[in-house]
Amino acid sequence: MKHCSPTVVVLAMLLEEAGVPSVAVHTDVFAGVARATATANGMPRTRQAFVPQPVVDVSRAELRAYIEGSDPITGRPFMQEVIEALTSPLDAEDLIGLSFDRSAPRLLSPDSEEHLQQLFLQNHWTDCLPIILPTEARVAAMLKATSHAPDEIVGRMRPTSFREFWEYTVEKVAVNAVIAGARPEYFPVILALAASGSTARSSSTTSMTNMAVVNGSIRHQIAMNCGIGALGPYNHANVTIGRAYALLSQNLQGGSVPGETYMGTLGNGLAYSACFAENEERSPWEPLHVQKGFNSTDSAVSVFFGLRYVQEGYGPRLTWREKMRRCLSAGAHFPPLLVMDPIVARLFVERGMDTKQKLIDWCAENARLPAREYWDDQWVQTLLRPLAVAGVEPYASQLKAAPDEIVQMFEPQEINIAVTGGEAQGAWKMFGARYERTVSIDAWR
Amino acid sequence: MAELLTVHDPQGYPPKVVGKRLSERPETLDGKLVYLVDCLFDNSENFMRELEDWFGKNLPSVKTRLIQPRQSWVDDAEMRAKVAREGDGAILGVGL
Repeated sequence: MKHCSPTVVVLAMLLEEAGVPSVAVHTDVFAGVARATATANGMPRTRQAFVPQPVVDVSRAELRAYIEGSDPITGRPFMQEVIEALTSPLDAEDLIGLSFDRSAPRLLSPDSEEHLQQLFLQNHWTDCLPIILPTEARVAAMLKATSHAPDEIVGRMRPTSFREFWEYTVEKVAVNAVIAGARPEYFPVILALAASGSTARSSSTTSMTNMAVVNGSIRHQIAMNCGIGALGPYNHANVTIGRAYALLSQNLQGGSVPGETYMGTLGNGLAYSACFAENEERSPWEPLHVQKGFNSTDSAVSVFFGLRYVQEGYGPRLTWREKMRRCLSAGAHFPPLLVMDPIVARLFVERGMDTKQKLIDWCAENARLPAREYWDDQWVQTLLRPLAVAGVEPYASQLKAAPDEIVQMFEPQEINIAVTGGEAQGAWKMFGARYERTVSIDAWR
Repeated sequence: MAELLTVHDPQGYPPKVVGKRLSERPETLDGKLVYLVDCLFDNSENFMRELEDWFGKNLPSVKTRLIQPRQSWVDDAEMRAKVAREGDGAILGVGL
């Protein structure tokens, strides 16, 4: 969802608009993002200065050396850049900003398949795998799979906070569904994912992406897999719906280009496609979409954001509590999504967890860390500490905890469970993935 | 000759961008109040404290004041209004 440079740029621009000369400071690796954000908001000459990367996890002495050193982008003394940014007279371009319209024609210029494949690749409109070209006939066939008009607005997306939202129609979603290789009968699921407004192409430095979990009769109508190999890559619907969600995210939000609109430092293999159906028939528990307020007869898709870490286990086995406690506290701080084979779910029922909620409550109670470790996490420092300082509970109390005092990492409502898999093994995985929302698929048929 | 295909542009609809101007600059920061805006990202507070100390030692005629928004990734309108009301300049960071 997030990285910090666009926030700093836009806050600086808002202060400029309020009459305050401002300069935004970033680490040098964010120079491209910072400039792109300023340009996309009409103030390309927003003053910016840069220090070396990293700022995180370095001492105050090192930070001081950055301040007394040179701006790695310009090679000039950093403080000279800052002072001049606030005092140098403005020129004509500073006084008008930059107005522009990036609207593009609906259709591209006719060309050969080879050249068009190359064009899509060069323009960062693909995931670097071959695509199906969105011809007018293919897009028209996709559009027949929904009752919604091609020009209906489906939603809007952006790669991170403080970037500009881009908007998209049913037709634009259809174009991306074609590119991903999806069949028309999958289209209502893909429209529901687009309507979630949750991007699967976050620009976060943490390389986050999204996972989609499908519930209801649509799973069987389009032959999705919730058995052996459900998480991929063994089912056309699972794989191409997940890929369509990824591609529509990058193309409909204004791009996912490294250094400009994508800053995930490691990248994430799950970003190609992460979609599966819940095995409702073999699960002993309530389906996920019913937990989220839908009827069991509804078809819906739930979106999870992050996929920052993956843990796994088997069993549950006798020592499941110890194993689960280790997994819950092992990853970078992010709420867990437990995905488990029906065998595991049924064995948990035998151990008294006859509802998902009971296991969720146990996980919330047992996801714990000493305060010193809990607070020494970049996500916790950046996102939760400000809330704690502002007095928001439970963070405020956690911030007051002594270093060795044990604090609870997650609230029950942050933890989720889905059941899938083919009962070939009692396997479970834990993804660092935050629940975003569940969207009706029926509404997009 | 290869068959020519007509295909759709896959991109969404971008917002129209309206140019915005920078604000007038003072000739000097002497005697002026510069807000150091810690945007609450990891270790930014320490960076701003070092910046505050640098001004104190190297440009003592410039007044500085550290300020933070109420949350990270949020436009704190109240904080912004305070900086606009009282400040002559602002250094914001750290984008990382």
